[in-house]
Amino acid sequence: MALRMWASSTANALRVSCASKAHVSPAFSLSRCFSSVLDGLKYATSHEWVKHEGSVATIGITDHAQDHLGEVVFVELPEPGGSVSKGNGFGAVESVKATSDVNSPISGEVVEVNSKLSEAPGLINSSPYEDGWMIKVKPSNPSELESLMGPKEYTKFCEEEDAAH
Amino acid sequence: MTISQTRNVGLPLMKLVRWKGVPILQQLHLEEQLLRTSSENWCIINDGTNDPTIVMGISGKPAQLLKLDSVLNDRIPVIRRYTGGGTVVVDCGTVFVTFICNKDAVPGLQPYPQPIMSWSSLLYALVFRGFGDFSLRENDYVFGNHKFGGNAQSITKNRWIHHTSFLWDYEARNMAYLKLPARAPEYRVARDHLEFICRMKDYMPRSVFVDRTIKAVETYFSVRPVQLEAMETNLNSKFSHSTKLLTEQELEAAAFESHFEKGDSRFVNVINESALSGQEK
Repeated sequence: MALRMWASSTANALRVSCASKAHVSPAFSLSRCFSSVLDGLKYATSHEWVKHEGSVATIGITDHAQDHLGEVVFVELPEPGGSVSKGNGFGAVESVKATSDVNSPISGEVVEVNSKLSEAPGLINSSPYEDGWMIKVKPSNPSELESLMGPKEYTKFCEEEDAAH
Repeated sequence: MTISQTRNVGLPLMKLVRWKGVPILQQLHLEEQLLRTSSENWCIINDGTNDPTIVMGISGKPAQLLKLDSVLNDRIPVIRRYTGGGTVVVDCGTVFVTFICNKDAVPGLQPYPQPIMSWSSLLYALVFRGFGDFSLRENDYVFGNHKFGGNAQSITKNRWIHHTSFLWDYEARNMAYLKLPARAPEYRVARDHLEFICRMKDYMPRSVFVDRTIKAVETYFSVRPVQLEAMETNLNSKFSHSTKLLTEQELEAAAFESHFEKGDSRFVNVINESALSGQEK
């Protein structure tokens, strides 16, 4: 119990989450326990993050998502000038055998895409919140950000999601 | 109620489509459309496709993966599919099995690549029990250390697809269209195609495989066979597929670029001669 409390308080200090795996069938369970969740970002239930700074919002996928997907080998992104809408797909990542949709947490116009990801898709794994950002959007409806989760809420969401499987 | 009906109570419904010899492009188009526009669970079994076809994953680059001179010379169709993964050559000896599921269809299964892959291996362990040393090795189905089934997936917000091409039989000459891939599983240990793969027909009869697969699916789902004709009328003809058949022009351009980058002297000479003749004029 003492070790578990230490691990939990350390995890909180480092802003990490730890999911309980007690009830998961070994055939389906994932071995990783800790994923980082950053302050200052908002989070979608489909595991994308958004950072709103002034008139631009930066979007990527979370540490939880990249960890569950595995090594990213290819990233499909939209063209600048296109539009994205809340909850709908704007691109995809390929990890080994799977393509996985990436959904936009907010609506708006794509003003920039991360061109480094075409040559270095692994940035999504190594730096999901910084160098692995995917698109920058000019929000068309900033109030959409209010319906997204904050860090603590997202951490709890991940824990509950992992515990349920 | 019969015993089988009792067993199916409470299981989610899965519609079963059974085809034989349907072109792989048509199969992939249907799969993609069902993944994106249907809210039901589906199993598609296509027992062989009509013509030999090369199928690459979503990020596949022909110049890196294929021996393009042979592919162009023999006019082999090349498809880039909507799922991830590697390159296969499929023909009438290939059996395709596809699962398209809602994310909550299998209790306790997280809709991510590895959990889905693991679940599929449990299903196929039932199929191959007693027929060979079956296992999921990295992301392939193998007997021992020889691959006979290749997998690929696509995962959306609320659904996923896992499809497999099973090598019930294959033509050795078709494997010659494929280069050794840069990205390969560790257990391959740089073996060339014919040393790496094996034929399912050396392990079990074809009809037994299909029957046992359906039986295994019935442990997770209540299976309802449906007819193709009925399904076609319900499909949205405006759906835009990302699975594409590459044109001859695209393949020729890739071949040209490949030769040029390698500094192939025959191509360099042709270009230099063209440049010189232009200057002389």
